[in-house]
Amino acid sequence: MSVATRADSAIPAESAHPLAQRRPLGDRAFAILALAAGLLVLVILVLIAISTSQQASSWFSTVGTGIFAYNWDPGQNQFGVLAFIYGTGITAVIAVVLAVPVSIGIALLLNEVVPRRMAAPIVYVVDLLAVVPSVVWGLWGIIVLAPWLNHIYGSIASGVNGIWVLGFLFGGENISGASFFTAGLILAFMITPIVTSLSREVVATTPSIDKQGAYALGATRWEMIRGVVWPHSQGGIVGAVLLGLGRAMGETIAVALVIGSSATITSHLFAPGYNLPAGIANQFGESSGVFRAALMGMGVLLFALTIIINVIARGVVQRSARRARGA
Amino acid sequence: MRIRGGKQVAAGSAVAIVAVALAACSSSTTTTPASGGTTAPGTGSTGAAVSGTLNGAGSSFQNTFQQSAIQAFHSVQSGVTVNYNSVGSGTGRTDLASGVVQFAGSDSPIPAKDVASFKGKTVLYFPVLIGPITLSYNLTGVSSLKLTAPVIAQIFSGKITKWNDSAITSLNPGVNLPSTAITPAVRSDSSGTTQNFALFLQTAAPSDWSLGDQSTVKWPSNARAGAQNTGVAQIVKSTPGAIGYVDYADAKASGLTFASVQNKAGNYVAPSTDAASASAAGVTVKPDLTFHAVWGAGAQSYPITYQSWVLVYEIQPNASDVSLLKAYIGYLIGDGQSLLGQLGYAQLPANIDSMAKAQLDKITS
Repeated sequence: MSVATRADSAIPAESAHPLAQRRPLGDRAFAILALAAGLLVLVILVLIAISTSQQASSWFSTVGTGIFAYNWDPGQNQFGVLAFIYGTGITAVIAVVLAVPVSIGIALLLNEVVPRRMAAPIVYVVDLLAVVPSVVWGLWGIIVLAPWLNHIYGSIASGVNGIWVLGFLFGGENISGASFFTAGLILAFMITPIVTSLSREVVATTPSIDKQGAYALGATRWEMIRGVVWPHSQGGIVGAVLLGLGRAMGETIAVALVIGSSATITSHLFAPGYNLPAGIANQFGESSGVFRAALMGMGVLLFALTIIINVIARGVVQRSARRARGA
Repeated sequence: MRIRGGKQVAAGSAVAIVAVALAACSSSTTTTPASGGTTAPGTGSTGAAVSGTLNGAGSSFQNTFQQSAIQAFHSVQSGVTVNYNSVGSGTGRTDLASGVVQFAGSDSPIPAKDVASFKGKTVLYFPVLIGPITLSYNLTGVSSLKLTAPVIAQIFSGKITKWNDSAITSLNPGVNLPSTAITPAVRSDSSGTTQNFALFLQTAAPSDWSLGDQSTVKWPSNARAGAQNTGVAQIVKSTPGAIGYVDYADAKASGLTFASVQNKAGNYVAPSTDAASASAAGVTVKPDLTFHAVWGAGAQSYPITYQSWVLVYEIQPNASDVSLLKAYIGYLIGDGQSLLGQLGYAQLPANIDSMAKAQLDKITS
């Protein structure tokens, strides 16, 4: 606190000199403090990665390449986590498929359709979705949504059984209200705010002059969106989707409650499944030995997966932002 | 003013982050329990006044009892603060091994592969309570149901899938069982309840049960999983044809109907706290006070019964904790036993209770 105050009083005295010259103590102290704060986050991240990997080492050493097998059964000392990785991917994809069209629709609505003063309350309501705690989504999902969906899933499954792709995805005998699809649906609710707000910002950067140009050439609103807004925002929206995907992969408690907790790989989306974060959360309490190491290892895998997705997303967003500035 | 405010916030938050990081580092390297206990002069017996803090963690099964006992104990020994964190037996044992807590709650003895983590120090087992696990079911119009261990094993292995299967109907003459599909309701989280239920099937029906006796079981695909006992109770309640293993207190609280199970003596017994105590009285207790209360002998014993222990080091790293632990554990296995009935647990049978009391003096520093 005192450091910051001194830095302030020092600024006017030194402001005449070029920045390259020797800077006052307050400025240097502030720079060091800021750098330390930045590095601290990095150090904590690296330490977490190292200590979790170290905790998981007995899993890697006892199970070897079998860690990616499809045979999770701690009771029989089988610790292959393929089913969890599959579940993580499939629930995140369901969430993105459901949330993205809605999010892009809201983003376009706010920027191109409704007047600005009507947009504010809509933004507010969408952002409120992000405020609902994860555990509330989960409890609502398991107590209200799952029993209700159970009947709907049953009807859909009996209707599509035997039909080629539909039966493959939505059919099957093992129908449950708590399933991959319910988890994906809850995740879709949860990632809609972030995908919407990022898409909205990307769409808003479309130069007004381009849009006016399209109108001047006689384009309708839809033609203008397709011809001007969409090409301009494509990259940024892909980035927003990837960030949503990253968020969906890491979400834990809500998913742990509604995914059905069965480590199986199946194409039937209405069947109970499992994913990495839910598997860790549900099984950690009573675990020990290699079982615990395996759960730690699942944490490392999840950490790596989300980092990869996030790095790709940031890259896409930055590239599109550069292109947008250049345009 | 704006800029200054911003900088102050930045500096302040950086300091806060450093503080949190330091706190995190120091807590992860702590090897001795972070509590000081001061003993009033002239103590040593459990009756004298002591003061200090005890931290415990572990089994969620005994959590309700721990919380009630902590409240009641506070009125006896107002100087002692006891904290119990319901984190699961496995985590509780790990916390005890690493010295984060002074006692652990556990529903099962320390597994052989984890003994090494206690570095050769002796751990004392104090049994504190017994509890029946019910088989709760949802079948309209069926108010009494009899089951045997082999049939239960086949239901939870997915081998018997209809309620009117001849294996079930032959046990229940005169009961009109529907052709509804059976939905086994199981725990989604790893649990001592699962472990002891599986242990019962392993012990009583070894030829029909092949899914092991661990806290996590690879259930058949027709099973539905819920979190905690209440989650399983919720599935049973909302799914016609469901049958689940739910601990007695939660099954009663949820208003579920439960089956009578054939015991070792061949009688069908409904779950109750007395029948659970009877089962525990009929099993062999090892010298270290470990035992499995399932499948106990005795005409009136309910066979799916399990137990929970409080685990402490025989030799305490802090001398001041000895009198605190003796006072609190002495309360749990003494006067505290009277709290169990109303919470849906069963008291320790007299033979085990006296063995536990005799062991109290082993805690030293």
